Amino acid sequence: MKYAYFPGCSLKGTGRAYEESLLPVMKHLGVELQELDDWNCCGATAYMAVDEGKACAAAARNLAIAEKSGLQQILAPCSACYLVLNKTQHYLHEYPAMRQTVSRALATVGLRCDGSSAVRHPLDVLINDIGLEAVKQKITRPLKGLKVAPYYGCQIVRPYATFDDQSNPTTMDRLLETLGATVIKWPLKTKCCGGSLTGTLPEAGLRLSYILLKEAIKRGADVIATVCPLCQFNLDAYHPKIAAKWEPVPIPTVYFSQLMGLAFGLPADQVVLNRGMVPMKPLAAAMA
Amino acid sequence: MEIKRTIKYEADRVPGFGRDVMSVPGCEALEHCIQCGTCSGVCPLSIYMDYTPRQVMELVRSDFKNEVLQSHTIWLCASCYACTTECPRQIRITDIMYELKQRAIKEEVYPKRFPIPVLAEEFTKMVHDYGRISETWLVTKMYLRTNPMAALGMAGLGMNLMKTGRFSLKQDKIEHREELAKIMEAVDHENGKAKA
Amino acid sequence: MSAKKEELRIGFYVCHCGHNIAAMVDCAVVARYVETLPGVALSRDYKYMCSDPGQELIQQDIREHRLNRVVVASCSPLLHEHTFRGAVEAGGLNPFYFHMVNIREHDSWVHTDRGEATEKAKALARAAIQRVAHHKALEIKKVEIHPDVLVVGGGIAGIHAAMTLANAGKKVYLVEREPSIGGHMAKFDKTFPTLDCAACILTPKMSEVGSHPNITLWTYSEVTKVDGFVGNYTVQVKRKARYVNEDLCTGCQDCISHCVFKEPKFADDFNEGLGKRKPIFIPFPQATPQAVLIDPEVCLNFKRNKNPDGSPVVGDKCKKTCVEACGEKHAIDFTQKDTLQEVKVGSIIVCTGFKTYDAGRSPAYGYGNYKNVYTALEVERLVNASGPTGGEVILREGKNADGSPKTPKSIGIIHCVGSRDKKTNLWCSRVCCMYSMKLAHLLREHTGAEMYNFYIDMRTPGKGYEEFYNKLLEEGTHFIRGRVGEVTDWAMTPEEEGRLVIRVEDTLAGVVRRIPVDMVVLATGLEPQADAGEVRRLFNMSCGGDGWFLERHPKLAPVSTFTDGVFLAGCCQGPKDIPDTVAQAGAAAAEALVLIDKGYIEQEPNTAHILEDECSGCKSCIPLCPYTAILFDEGRKKAYINEALCKGCGTCVGSCPSASIVQNLFDDQEIFSEIEGVLAYD
Repeated sequence: MKYAYFPGCSLKGTGRAYEESLLPVMKHLGVELQELDDWNCCGATAYMAVDEGKACAAAARNLAIAEKSGLQQILAPCSACYLVLNKTQHYLHEYPAMRQTVSRALATVGLRCDGSSAVRHPLDVLINDIGLEAVKQKITRPLKGLKVAPYYGCQIVRPYATFDDQSNPTTMDRLLETLGATVIKWPLKTKCCGGSLTGTLPEAGLRLSYILLKEAIKRGADVIATVCPLCQFNLDAYHPKIAAKWEPVPIPTVYFSQLMGLAFGLPADQVVLNRGMVPMKPLAAAMA
Repeated sequence: MEIKRTIKYEADRVPGFGRDVMSVPGCEALEHCIQCGTCSGVCPLSIYMDYTPRQVMELVRSDFKNEVLQSHTIWLCASCYACTTECPRQIRITDIMYELKQRAIKEEVYPKRFPIPVLAEEFTKMVHDYGRISETWLVTKMYLRTNPMAALGMAGLGMNLMKTGRFSLKQDKIEHREELAKIMEAVDHENGKAKA
Repeated sequence: MSAKKEELRIGFYVCHCGHNIAAMVDCAVVARYVETLPGVALSRDYKYMCSDPGQELIQQDIREHRLNRVVVASCSPLLHEHTFRGAVEAGGLNPFYFHMVNIREHDSWVHTDRGEATEKAKALARAAIQRVAHHKALEIKKVEIHPDVLVVGGGIAGIHAAMTLANAGKKVYLVEREPSIGGHMAKFDKTFPTLDCAACILTPKMSEVGSHPNITLWTYSEVTKVDGFVGNYTVQVKRKARYVNEDLCTGCQDCISHCVFKEPKFADDFNEGLGKRKPIFIPFPQATPQAVLIDPEVCLNFKRNKNPDGSPVVGDKCKKTCVEACGEKHAIDFTQKDTLQEVKVGSIIVCTGFKTYDAGRSPAYGYGNYKNVYTALEVERLVNASGPTGGEVILREGKNADGSPKTPKSIGIIHCVGSRDKKTNLWCSRVCCMYSMKLAHLLREHTGAEMYNFYIDMRTPGKGYEEFYNKLLEEGTHFIRGRVGEVTDWAMTPEEEGRLVIRVEDTLAGVVRRIPVDMVVLATGLEPQADAGEVRRLFNMSCGGDGWFLERHPKLAPVSTFTDGVFLAGCCQGPKDIPDTVAQAGAAAAEALVLIDKGYIEQEPNTAHILEDECSGCKSCIPLCPYTAILFDEGRKKAYINEALCKGCGTCVGSCPSASIVQNLFDDQEIFSEIEGVLAYD
């Protein structure tokens, strides 16, 4: 199994723990990831707010590069990248005018995008391509007794839910259960973490993160598992601010790939629990 | 006690604005809005908005262009798509918000020192110039343009990021920046607004 | 048929239909054009051909101008073919010397260019002129109507239709799928807006049905096959085994109390699963017929495997205390099998009702996830004195301070669940606003709880409905205009702890609110029955895109279908309340009575016949006929058609290898000259 890999900016920056843990896990499962050549930023939510045409063209450049590489499946772990690349595919298919603008723009640099590639999320690939059975076989240290709150955030299920249910996604639940963890039932699975508002409008943005942390603790979770670098950043890096503003709600937030690494018994530098700001104590305790 | 007149005259409307927005691909279904308020009911940020998402939809449809483009609401949308998913008329509210943001920026009517549009602009500029985002620089630029004093409050966060190895001052960039620039120029050209 | 050729004298009339046709077709131009065609004796345009003066004009012209053919270009033949045939007959001609051209639905209404529409009208008129030259004099045949009626579905619609017909002295077969008649109405506690006890007004009608000498009541039965046509339907009904002989059972229910199951253990459908029943049970106290039945899926005397014919295998494991209790009545019969029965009827009234929307399809409202979220129908049973709690409103989850089962202190009713929603059902279900208010009133009466109703628009267009709304406002029910975003169980404030929280925009106040409640009621909408598609095919009806059975005309034939002799009543045609359902059931019964009392129907003489000289006797037509109207004369080795059975579908005509089958009104000459007429126009 081989996929084109679109890391996105965050996985090279504040979300590096995601990449650092995901790559070894995928390798361990025999999946080959080939990083897209000279990829550019997907545009995230900000670019769409400024110029839709350019936002689509920028994202389409990545799709074109993937098509050129001959790899039809693009793995996009970051939720924003996953959404934007998918949205661009939708726009190119649904709106002929947009398709024409983008095709002509790409043609000026000798690129073309016929929309034939599929943008995939790691959870999708793990469940549907690799299969939980294969995952199970790699487990050496089941996450027994670890209570995890699965947190999907918004953008991987909405609005283009291709591989999971929009209201009640379960792919990560099933993955975590396979790893031996106990999955906490909570109604905030797909609620917004505040997105970039945590930085731009902390009063509103941080409160959303605070609610998530508080509720996860209240329901007895040891750790929150996430799929998005921005969610992880908000729930982890802003904890001191949240604690100062409301109350301490210390629960670590890790990527699902880190929990997989743990369960696979991968070395510490491939699980990178040291990248979190909130102490990983409960995690270490559960694993002891 | 101070009193305020809130009446709207027909002259306050910009006739055709609603139709124009609804003609944009993805925004068509707004015609079918029944003002049920599901969007506001599910929106996690509606509680901070000057107009609820539902009210924005009606203001658009009724051609109150100035009220809409100057509202905080469009900038508070965090693109979580909850409204779009739950709307019983399948109106793509998030995409309409994007359309309104674009128009506000184009017409330069957004609240000037409001960090959200500033961030969007700086983000776009950085993608344009370098092809990639370096979060540290992006945030720094945003604070410099909006509230330099607040940047000080972020020092602790920076320190913590540094401790966990997530802080970097390097500006990441792509190799073929000229290629991206050319694509962007071509989009402008296609949209018939290439600057001579 | 080819008698001596008389001179053709065709009269042509083009109708303006007010502006309907004249706005898009230049009628005068069409009339002048047709005047030039061979055989046309006169050609006129007129404002309303269907009016009395219009019809009079045709009659007068026939007499004064010795017309022997008439063509009218106007609306659809569905509307006025009958009218004009009548006028032609009154003028002294055979009515089948007439032909009609549709230049409204097929022309003026669907075109936007007046010039082109006018040209099209001319072409269509020319085709008709060429066709009508070959028309022959035909005779209308009369077919007798069987006076018995089949009513399918024993809800309030079926009950009312059956009673109306039976009281008029007609014999009715009432077939109901469930073990008792009563339908949804039997589950309701009270009815809006009068708050009449549903059972008090329904059960007398139920028992009247049960004992009416003119009604044959078959419950626990389903129609499996329908053959024939208006006036002469043959219907096959499957009567499912209830393992109790209905005629012998007195409804004493001793068997139930003596069942080896001491306590009721199995989910009780009538109570929406809120209560329990035994393997031998009666659906509800006032069930009609008053006869018990046995559920072989759970009765110990049946094995879990099936016989080759699909019936469950009778075992011998149980002590059969029920049989003992039944004693000399001998009503219990474990060997009973499903049986098929056939009846002949002249008309059919379909009243198969609706099902409620599955609330689980709206995950944001938590049904199935949060125990204290209920559907409206569950609440109907919960507030009912004969319901599973004896009318006490106690929640599925939680305890009061004194340890007793929890009673709600505040309740939210969410309207439009599965209605007015493109993702589920786009239609308004019409009854939910009213029944939600009814439940708000009843729940408040039972519990004293604070009531919140969340609505998109209040729809109360019925007699006394707005007054009922007013009453609820006076009672202090909170009406919040806003479609609820979500029902959740995470708390933001101390008063939200341990309760369900409704998040909604109060659109009139313009603020988003969080309202903690103990109980949520979902006003689920109405949907077509799950098997509506099969029922539709069974009775050869149509349905709209939404799945409701389609009436023949939304305004002028609201209880007829596109199949003659099959009528509709109640919610199978679309959501409606009890008054409308009963009115419609009465109307459907009246339509059936019209047929019966007339005694016969006139049949379009469009039947096929075989040209005996040319028939090769190949028999290929025989299996193709959907009405088994073609027979074979073994002596002469020729096929022949029973014209009483022929419905004029034309299948045999098209398939005959020797072209020896001819259909009246559609013979080759008529069809080909019509085609040539259109093609010859340039």
